[in-house]
Amino acid sequence: MRYEAPTTTKEAVSLIAKAKGKSFVLAGGTDLLVKLKSGAVEPDLIVDIKRIEATQSIKKTANGFRIGAAVPGVAMGKSSALKKSWPGVVEAANLIGSDQIQGRCTIVGNLCNASPAADSVPALVAAGAKAVVVGPKGRRTVAVEKIPTGPGKTSLAKGEIIEAITLPKRPAKTGDAYLRFIPRSEMDIAVVSAGVCLTLNGKGKVTKARVVLGAVAPTVVVVPEAAAAIIGTSLDDEALAAMAHACEKACKPIDDMRGTIEFRTDVAGVLARRAAGIAYQRAGGK
Amino acid sequence: MSGVHVSTTVNGDDAEFVCHPGESLLDVLRDRLGLTGAKEGCGTGDCGACSVTLDGQLVCSCLVLGAEAEGRKITTVEGLADGDKLHPLQQQFIDKAALQCGICTPGFLVAAKALLDENPSPTEEEIRFALAGNLCRCTGYDKIVRAVDAAAKDVKKQKARVKAKRK
Amino acid sequence: MSFDQKFTDQEFKVVGSRPPRPDGVDKVTGRARYGADASAPGQLVARILRSPHAHAVIRKIDTSKAEKLKGVKAVLTSKDLPDLTNGNRGNFDILENCMARDRALYDGHAVAAVAAVDEVTARKALKLIKVDYKILPHVTDVDKAMADDAPIVQPHIAQNNKPSNIANISEFGHGDIEAGFAQADVVIEKSYKTEQTHQGYIEPHACLASVGPDGQGELWVTTQGHFTFRTVCATLLGMDIAKLKVTSSEIGGGFGGKTHVWMEPVALALSRKANRPVKLVMNRDEVFKASGPTCSTSIDVKIGATKDGTVTAASATLRYQDGPFPGPWGMLGAMTSWACYDIANVKSVAYDVLVNRPKVAAYRAPSAPMAAFAVESTMDMVAAEIGMDPVDFRIKNAASEGSKASYGPTYGPIGIGPTLEAVKKHPHMRARLGKNQGRGMACGFWFNFGGQTCVDLNIGVDGTVNLIVGTVDVGGARASMSLIAAEELGIPYDRIKCNIGDTASLGHNDTTEGSRGTFSSGMATIYAARDAIEVMKQRAAKAWEIDVADVEWRDGAAHAVGVAHSNLAPLSLQEIAAKSPTTGGPIAGHNESVADGAGVSFASHICDVEVDPETGATKVLRYTVIQDAGKAIHPDYVEGQFQGGAAQGIGWALNEEYVYGEDGCLKNPGFLDYRIPVCSDLPFIDTEILEIPNPNHPYGIRGVGETSIVPPLAAIGNAVSNAAGVRLNHVPMSPPRILKAIKEQAQG
Repeated sequence: MRYEAPTTTKEAVSLIAKAKGKSFVLAGGTDLLVKLKSGAVEPDLIVDIKRIEATQSIKKTANGFRIGAAVPGVAMGKSSALKKSWPGVVEAANLIGSDQIQGRCTIVGNLCNASPAADSVPALVAAGAKAVVVGPKGRRTVAVEKIPTGPGKTSLAKGEIIEAITLPKRPAKTGDAYLRFIPRSEMDIAVVSAGVCLTLNGKGKVTKARVVLGAVAPTVVVVPEAAAAIIGTSLDDEALAAMAHACEKACKPIDDMRGTIEFRTDVAGVLARRAAGIAYQRAGGK
Repeated sequence: MSGVHVSTTVNGDDAEFVCHPGESLLDVLRDRLGLTGAKEGCGTGDCGACSVTLDGQLVCSCLVLGAEAEGRKITTVEGLADGDKLHPLQQQFIDKAALQCGICTPGFLVAAKALLDENPSPTEEEIRFALAGNLCRCTGYDKIVRAVDAAAKDVKKQKARVKAKRK
Repeated sequence: MSFDQKFTDQEFKVVGSRPPRPDGVDKVTGRARYGADASAPGQLVARILRSPHAHAVIRKIDTSKAEKLKGVKAVLTSKDLPDLTNGNRGNFDILENCMARDRALYDGHAVAAVAAVDEVTARKALKLIKVDYKILPHVTDVDKAMADDAPIVQPHIAQNNKPSNIANISEFGHGDIEAGFAQADVVIEKSYKTEQTHQGYIEPHACLASVGPDGQGELWVTTQGHFTFRTVCATLLGMDIAKLKVTSSEIGGGFGGKTHVWMEPVALALSRKANRPVKLVMNRDEVFKASGPTCSTSIDVKIGATKDGTVTAASATLRYQDGPFPGPWGMLGAMTSWACYDIANVKSVAYDVLVNRPKVAAYRAPSAPMAAFAVESTMDMVAAEIGMDPVDFRIKNAASEGSKASYGPTYGPIGIGPTLEAVKKHPHMRARLGKNQGRGMACGFWFNFGGQTCVDLNIGVDGTVNLIVGTVDVGGARASMSLIAAEELGIPYDRIKCNIGDTASLGHNDTTEGSRGTFSSGMATIYAARDAIEVMKQRAAKAWEIDVADVEWRDGAAHAVGVAHSNLAPLSLQEIAAKSPTTGGPIAGHNESVADGAGVSFASHICDVEVDPETGATKVLRYTVIQDAGKAIHPDYVEGQFQGGAAQGIGWALNEEYVYGEDGCLKNPGFLDYRIPVCSDLPFIDTEILEIPNPNHPYGIRGVGETSIVPPLAAIGNAVSNAAGVRLNHVPMSPPRILKAIKEQAQG
C-alpha cells in the first residue's frame, strides 16, 4: 500500500491513471477509512487530495459557487454566502454525521461513495449542482445525478476524479430545502430523504420545481410527477397531497435494518411535503 | 509495505514517526507515540472516543490516516491541562460527577473544548447536538451536559479575569 | 454472619456527601489505563478468525499457510484447547464459546486465532487460514426455535427424551390462578416481543496476556470480575489458580457484559504457545457478534382484576433466547415478573431456549426489563379497562413488608409502595401535555446480590489509609468505599486511598455484578475498619496501661472511658499510627465474608413522549426516576446509576435491536446501525432517591446499579401508547413499528 499527497489535480489524476492495482481517492476519509478498517477495501494506492489548492476552498463565481472537493461540511456551514443562496444544500451537507465527521466529510466524497442514502445528493440534485470531473483526457462538467449509477458505483472512468462541485446562482424567488428521516436525532444514515427546490412567481405560485428523493431506490430519484403536482399551485393541501402521492409512487425501496418498504414509501411523501413547505417559505411564499 | 515518515506536532511538541500507509492517526497516537488518552470505541467514527483536533478542527482520529498528520498540529486530551492546572472542563467533569467508567471522557472533553472555542455560551440544545458524536453509555449524558454548561461559565470568567488584568 | 437488624435514622458524618472521586484526575487527563492501554516489551498482536455462518460443521481447518507467514508466532484452534473441564458442562460451554470445536454455533463464533508481530501481519495470517464448513440449518428466533421442526442447536439437550432447543423450564408462583381469574371482573391477555440488545459499553474487550513455559502467567484485562476470570482461565488452560495473576484494568463499562470470559483464555493460550506477551483487543463488530448480549423474548401475560382494582390472579409465560448455551435467563424473568405486587394467585412459567446467536450474558438486571415490559404494559391496560388511575391501581396491589413474593420469599421493608407514593406527589405527574404527547409510568424490581468478599485496610505511619477492595470500580465505587472507611474510622475522606487489588494481593472476591459492589465491599470495608479500630484501641490501652474494655473509638480517636481515666487525653488515629512501628508494628484491618442480606430494590419511572403520527418518530420530553437506594453513600453516583440505567432502557425501548438476516448473520454489528441514545436524544433525567434502609447492612445499603433499567421499556411503552392512541407490544418501538401500528389502528 502506498500513500501519496500530490499538490495538483493533474498529478493526482496521473498517479491514479498510472497506478497498478486498486487506487482510492482520499478526501475526508470518513467512508474510506471505515472500509479500510473492516477490510472491505484493500488499496494499493491512496491519493490524498487535501493538499491540492483547487480542492480546498468555496469560491463565489460569476455563475454561482464552486465548492472544492476537499472542503469539509463544517466549512460549508460557515460560508454565509453559500448558506444564504442554497440553505437546503448546506443543511444537507451539515446533516452528515457528527461535528467530528463534519470536520472531515465532503460532498464530493458523499457523492462518490454512491450510497442511495447520501444526505447531500438529493439537495444537490434539486439545486441543479454539477460536478467538475478531471481525468487523463481532460475536464468535463456533468450533472451530479449522473455520477452515482448504483450503490457503491459511479460513472467515473479510471483516473477521473471530481475536483469541485458547482452550484448555479440562485434564481430570483427560489428556495431549497432538504429533510431526512432518522430514528435518532443525530448520527444515523437517512432512512428516507427528500430535497426540494422551487421557484415562485410574483403571486406566490410555483413556476418551477424539482423534487428529489433519497434512500428509496439504488440512486436518488428525481420525481417530475411530484414537481408537476405543485407547479402552478400555491402549495395548497390538495397539491401537497398529490405531490406526496407522486413521491410514494416513485419509490422503489428495499426492506433493510434501517426501514421497511412500507415505511420508506409513506415517509418519503411526508418529508417531500414538509420540505416543499420550507422551500416555499424560503422562496418568499407565504 | 513501505512506511511513511511523518513529522508533526502533538500537543505543542514536535513528533516524528514512521507508520503503515493505512494506519490510522489513532493507532499512531496510541501505539507509536504512547498517547493512550484517545480511545478506540468503534474505529468507524460513530462513538467519538478517539476525538482529537487536527489544525484546530475536531475530528475522529480513527478516521484520519497517520500519514495525513504531516505538518499538522494535533491536540489530544493529554494537551488540555495547562501544566498542573486542569482545564475548567476537566475540573467540572470531576466536580459534577460527569463520568462513571470514564472511557468516553477524553473524547467528550476534546469535543466540548472544540465547542466552547467556537461558541462560548452554548444553550443546552447546542451542547447536546455538539456532543452527539460522542457516545456515553454510563451517564445518560445528564451530568455531562451540566458539567459542560458550568465549564462554559468558568471559561468566560477566566477570560474576563485575564482581560481585567491586562487593563 | 449476623448483623444488627435496625439501621434506621442513622447519623452520618461523611457518608451521603459528594466529594470528588479519587480516580477523577486520571480519567480527565487521559492517564487512566484501560484494557487496551497496556503494553509489554516484545508483545505480539492477536486476532481471531470468526465463523461467517450461523450454524456449520467445521470439517477441517488448514492453518499451514498462516503458520508459514513471516512474523506469525502462534496459530491456535480448538485442538490447542483440550477439554480439561472434567465433565463440568458449564465450563465446557465457556471453552466451546471461546473457540468453536466441531461446529460453529453462531455468526462470529471464534474458529481460530493468530498471534503475530503486528496487526497487519495478524490480519494477513487470518486470511491464509482455510476453514472447510458444511453449512447447517439455523434458527435465530425464539418462537421458531421452540417449534417441533426447528434445527437443533445442542444435540445433548432434550425434553421428554427428544432433542430440543428448550434447555430449562422454570416455574414460580402460589395460589390457584384459575380460581383467581374466575373471581376477576376484568381479564386481559396480551402477547409481547422484545428484541435482543447489547450492553453497549464503549470499551471493547481487551487484554494483555503473558504465560511462560513455567506455567506462571499474568493477565491484564478489562473485567467486572478478575477473580472469576482467574478461576475460569486457569481451569480451562490447566493452570494452577495461584500462578495466574489477574489485574483488572480501569473498566470502560460492563453492565454485565464483562462478567464473562470471551477471549481471554485464547490470549493466554497464544501467549503460552508463542512464549511472548500477547495483546488481544476486539473490534466493535466482534463485540456485537461475539460477546454476550441479552435475550430476545416472547412473553404472554394475563391479569385478572376486580372492579375495585384488586388483582385476583396473574400469569405469565416467558420465552427467553439464551444463544447456543443454556443460562438462567428465563428463570430470572419468571422470578422478577410479578415481584412488585402482592397477588393471591400468581404463576410464571419460563423457557430458556437455544438459538444460533451469541451466548447471552448478563445485562443490568438481566431478564427483568422484558418481563416488566409485558407485565407493566398489561397493568396499564387493566387499569384503563376498570377505569382506575394506573398509579392508584399499582399502589393498591403493591407488595409491602410481609408480602409473599411471587418467587418465594417474604419481603422485609421494601420500597415499591413508597416509590409509587412519590410518583403521585411528583410535579412531573401534573405537568401539562401537548398535542401528540403522552405520559407513561412503570415499576421495576431487582434482587441484588451479596457474595464472597475480601477487603484489606492498611494504616500508614502518617495516619493515611490504604483500602484494598476486590470488586471492580465501574462507576465511582472507590469514592463510595473511601467514604465508608472515612465514616467508620472517623477521619476525613481525603485521608483514604482506595485501590482495586489484583488476584495476587487479596482473597477471592465474587464478580462485580448483581449490584453488589457497594453493598458487599462496603460491608467488608466497615468490618475491616472495625478490625483495625480494635488494634488501635489495644495500642491505646497499652500506652495508657489500662484495660482495652475501657477504651472506646469515636471521632477518629481512642478515648479512655470512665472517671478514673478522665486525665487521659484522647489518642488520635494519626498519633497511634505514628507510634505503630514501636508499639507492635503495622496496623491493619481485614475482612473476608459472604455478604448476605442484599436488600431487594424497587423503582418507579415516569416519562413523557411526543410521537409524530406521520413518521412514528418518538421524542422523549421528560423523564423521572424514583428509586429506593437504602442509603445513598455518594449521591452523585447513585443518581448516575439511575440516569444511566434509564438511558439504556430508553434506547432499548425505542431503537436498539439486533437485526438478523435470513442467513442468520447479524446485519448491524456497529454503533451506526445499533442505535444507542446520543446526547441530543435525551432530556435531563430527573432523579429522586428514597432511602429505606436495608436491615441487613450496617449502613442500610441496597444495591442501586441495576433496577433503573427495569421500568423504562414499559414506561416508554405506556407513554407511546398513550401518545399514539394505540398499544405497542413489540420492543423496540422503532418508527416503522409505531407508524405501522398507527396505520393499522386507523384502518380498523
